Amino acid sequence: MIEIQNVRKSFGDLEVLKGIDLNVNKGEVVTVIGGSGSGKSTLLTCINGLEPINAGKILVDGTEVHAKSTDLNKLRQKIGIVFQQWNAFPHLTVLENVTLAPRKVLGMDKAKAEAIAEKQLKHVGLGDKLKTYPTRLSGGQQQRMAIARALAMSPDYMLFDEVTSALDPQLVGEVLETLQMLAEEGMTMILVTHEMSFARDVSDRVAFFHQGVMAEIGVPEQLFGDPQHVETQKFLASVR
Amino acid sequence: MFDYTFQWKQALARLPKMLDGAVVTMEVAVLSMLLGIALAILLTLFRQSGSRPLKAIATTWVEIARNTPALFQIYMAHFGIASFGIHFSPFTSLLIGITFNNAGYLAENFRGALKAIPDTQTRAGRSLGMTPVQSFRYIVMPQMLRISFLPMTNQMVWAILMTSLGVTVGMNMDLYGVTQDLNALTFRTFELFAIAGVIFYVITKIITLGARLIAMRLFRY
Repeated sequence: MIEIQNVRKSFGDLEVLKGIDLNVNKGEVVTVIGGSGSGKSTLLTCINGLEPINAGKILVDGTEVHAKSTDLNKLRQKIGIVFQQWNAFPHLTVLENVTLAPRKVLGMDKAKAEAIAEKQLKHVGLGDKLKTYPTRLSGGQQQRMAIARALAMSPDYMLFDEVTSALDPQLVGEVLETLQMLAEEGMTMILVTHEMSFARDVSDRVAFFHQGVMAEIGVPEQLFGDPQHVETQKFLASVR
Repeated sequence: MFDYTFQWKQALARLPKMLDGAVVTMEVAVLSMLLGIALAILLTLFRQSGSRPLKAIATTWVEIARNTPALFQIYMAHFGIASFGIHFSPFTSLLIGITFNNAGYLAENFRGALKAIPDTQTRAGRSLGMTPVQSFRYIVMPQMLRISFLPMTNQMVWAILMTSLGVTVGMNMDLYGVTQDLNALTFRTFELFAIAGVIFYVITKIITLGARLIAMRLFRY
């Protein structure tokens, strides 16, 4: 379970998270929507400790992420994150991209890591690209590789930060299908996305962020069908 | 006015000795490159680190290496340090001098290469649970070495050519040193140094061509 308690985060004078409270249960899919600069991506990087926070607490399975005593390298093994820019490692083949962390971080032997990587790559539809270098892949394929790379660490949680925003429109579908599949398999996920219809289909709950505040949260039917907050209404009207 | 008679035969008879010298030249150059690359990586890490003393050490090193003559660096390694009672053989002094020079230039190349690698690469590594050292070792460094591969080839050529400066510290086993000694014995100055020049040329050409072949393999992605 991920517990976010009154989290505040500033970049210099700019406060991007102004006291966020959110609990995500095991097996739940929570989508975060909102305009750019609303703090939604920052929240994800705070959850896995890539960014420090200024106040509040984030607990993952009871471990406080930003406590000094927390081994972040260990904690990150159970929180996978995929970014808008997929960050493929260009000097490694697709297979090596996926086996690197299991081998070096988990100390897995090569054969075992490759077996897991192959399984995950097949899972995301890249079973025939194992020996290919990422630069030869399309954006959508690279993004699916990044998802497989995160999954190879067998995380308990997956965070997705606008993973389709940098893709050509015709490639968005294949990545969303992969996310949908993960959701159906019961993966606990927090997704930041601009794909509204996808958010509606896949989410257990949808949160709307506005200027660093979680203005509204609810089941998709309610949030999309009957938004309570005036900013939610404005936002949804603007993206439709 | 022009009464020098070429005697190539006499000079060519010394070719085997000169080739032995060329092997020593290669040894010095290769060793100085390997040590230079290792030290340059260390200097790069020093510069990236938050520590001011480490940064100062690295910056001073790079500044001296790049802004003073290589001859000065080799001279200091031999006679300069000898003033403090530490005596190195000419071979060691030459190796230290060239290694110092290589490390300085390569550290600067590496810094440029690092700028070409987005921070998000490290971020992606850290997100997978890697330590900063692991991210550098497995993600950043291989890319850095590939980006600076061609500048490294240049430096290797320089290392070969810099070995000729060894004569100033009494080095007489390398190609230039051997040639110098043979010249003192035979006075076939033009012929001997012309042959030495050709050998230097051939060695550096082989290195650049070899590097190009290796690059074709390395830059597959």
